[in-house]
Amino acid sequence: MNSRFISAALATAMVVMGASASAEIKPADVVWEDEIAIPASLTGVPGDPAEGMKVLTSRSLGNCVACHENSAMPDVPFQGNVGPTFDGVGARWSEAELRGIVANAKNTFPGSVMPVFYNDDPADYIRPGNAYTAKAYDPETFSTLLTAQQIEDVVAYLTTLTEY
Amino acid sequence: MKTLTLSKLLASAAMCAVALSGAATAQPHPDAELIIEGELQLKVRSEPAAHMDGAVPEIYSGWLFRADETRALQMDDFENPAMLGVEDGEAMWNTAEGAAGQSCADCHGDAAESMKGVRAAMPKVNADGVLWSTEDYINNCRTERMEADALKWNSGPLNNMVAYISVQSRGMPVAVQIDGEAEPYWERGKEMYYTRYGQLELSCASCHEENYGMNIRADHLSQGQINGFPTYRLKQAKLISTHNRFRGCIRDTRAESFPMGSDEFRALELYVASRGLGLDVEGVAVRN
Ligand code: HEC
Ligand code: HEC
Repeated sequence: MNSRFISAALATAMVVMGASASAEIKPADVVWEDEIAIPASLTGVPGDPAEGMKVLTSRSLGNCVACHENSAMPDVPFQGNVGPTFDGVGARWSEAELRGIVANAKNTFPGSVMPVFYNDDPADYIRPGNAYTAKAYDPETFSTLLTAQQIEDVVAYLTTLTEY
Repeated sequence: MKTLTLSKLLASAAMCAVALSGAATAQPHPDAELIIEGELQLKVRSEPAAHMDGAVPEIYSGWLFRADETRALQMDDFENPAMLGVEDGEAMWNTAEGAAGQSCADCHGDAAESMKGVRAAMPKVNADGVLWSTEDYINNCRTERMEADALKWNSGPLNNMVAYISVQSRGMPVAVQIDGEAEPYWERGKEMYYTRYGQLELSCASCHEENYGMNIRADHLSQGQINGFPTYRLKQAKLISTHNRFRGCIRDTRAESFPMGSDEFRALELYVASRGLGLDVEGVAVRN
């Protein structure tokens, strides 16, 4: 092993460290376990359950309650029932599995109607639009439905739902 | 790991079943009957047409999914806000417009006779082999015979005229042709119905075939039938066309929608109409 190789290896290691400390994991770089779970945090910053509640209920964010009921939020009106209830979801699934489901539920549930919240590649969609304008997407602004941190926040909240 | 995952999947399937049974109250109304003015009974439930191939056990009018008050509005022509559009359409029918100085009535006479059954068979392939919606037939008469301007898709005047023509078929069974010349259009429409558009990757079937009876946020999902169009939509406080509804539903999948009056929407209109074979034309319905 010559010194040139060692310094190259060190440089690579430093780049990797730098990346994990500052930048979040992009959708294409997510590392899956058993094809359904994401063990590593997408941001390295612990999720905030209170923020997760906002993402869950806000129409402009996750709007998860459009399809899921959650009896831990009795004050939130118009909870849908297209998907299973969130009650006990934190007991049924591990944190890594919940991260996987929220990022891309179609890995766990093939063909699911649940949207993929962490994919920013317009080529994966048929006629992707510019949000809810009915117009074609803008390559400059097309993004994931939720940010990496919003996914961490939602997962942090879901893990608290251990009661049936 | 694999078996563990399987057991969790089963657990979540059980939760789905709970959600399904819990939603029993949100299913289509079990026994309401749509009787207009205490006289004309419209068929709101039926066996699916053979082409549906078991996709759903029974077909239902969107009327059965609406609240008591909304359903009541449609049973009384004086309460039904869509009837104002029908009246405007009737006035237009009898008014000469355009350079030729003619009205619809000058050629077609009494709409109650000449337009009976027309809406039930729409959209329909024209003499040139092209699939046309009711709107296209109206605009063709305007530009070719009356020498008037074509009306804009989903505009008030065009929706009112479609409404007036639709009422002449009220209570007649949906009767669209899906074979012969219509078949390629129908196939195209069917393909669209099952295409998962937009960033949310949802097809018409995702909501209206797999999940009718369920709630998506405040909305109680129906089978997305179009036998009641044009429909007075309380939320928009006006009559809307089939293509306006399609545009909105596709927009809601975060997709680039198709334009109203596009060939794509004509084909989709034919296919969706054919899913309602067995129901009666309700034109003009009230929905929220
Ligand atoms: C359009 C409907 C829809 C939306 C919106 C939706 N989901 Fe789902 N979700 C489903 C369905 C349906 C399932 C069940 C899997 C299946 O059958 O496809 C599911 C399953 C899940 C599960 C597994 C539940 C269990 O008990 O096994 C979790 C966790 C979940 N969703 C979280 C979320 C979160 C968090 C959001 C928002 C960020 C969300 N979902 C938005 C439809 C939806
Ligand atoms: C994200 C869910 C969703 C998708 C996808 C969707 N729709 Fe809808 N649609 C709705 C909701 C909600 C309503 C209002 C309640 C109802 O009647 O179902 C509605 C209403 C309708 C209606 C009016 C029904 C009536 O009785 O007045 C028609 C027609 C319709 N949809 C057709 C379609 C077609 C065709 C497609 C595909 C191009 C489609 N929808 C895709 C959610 C959806």
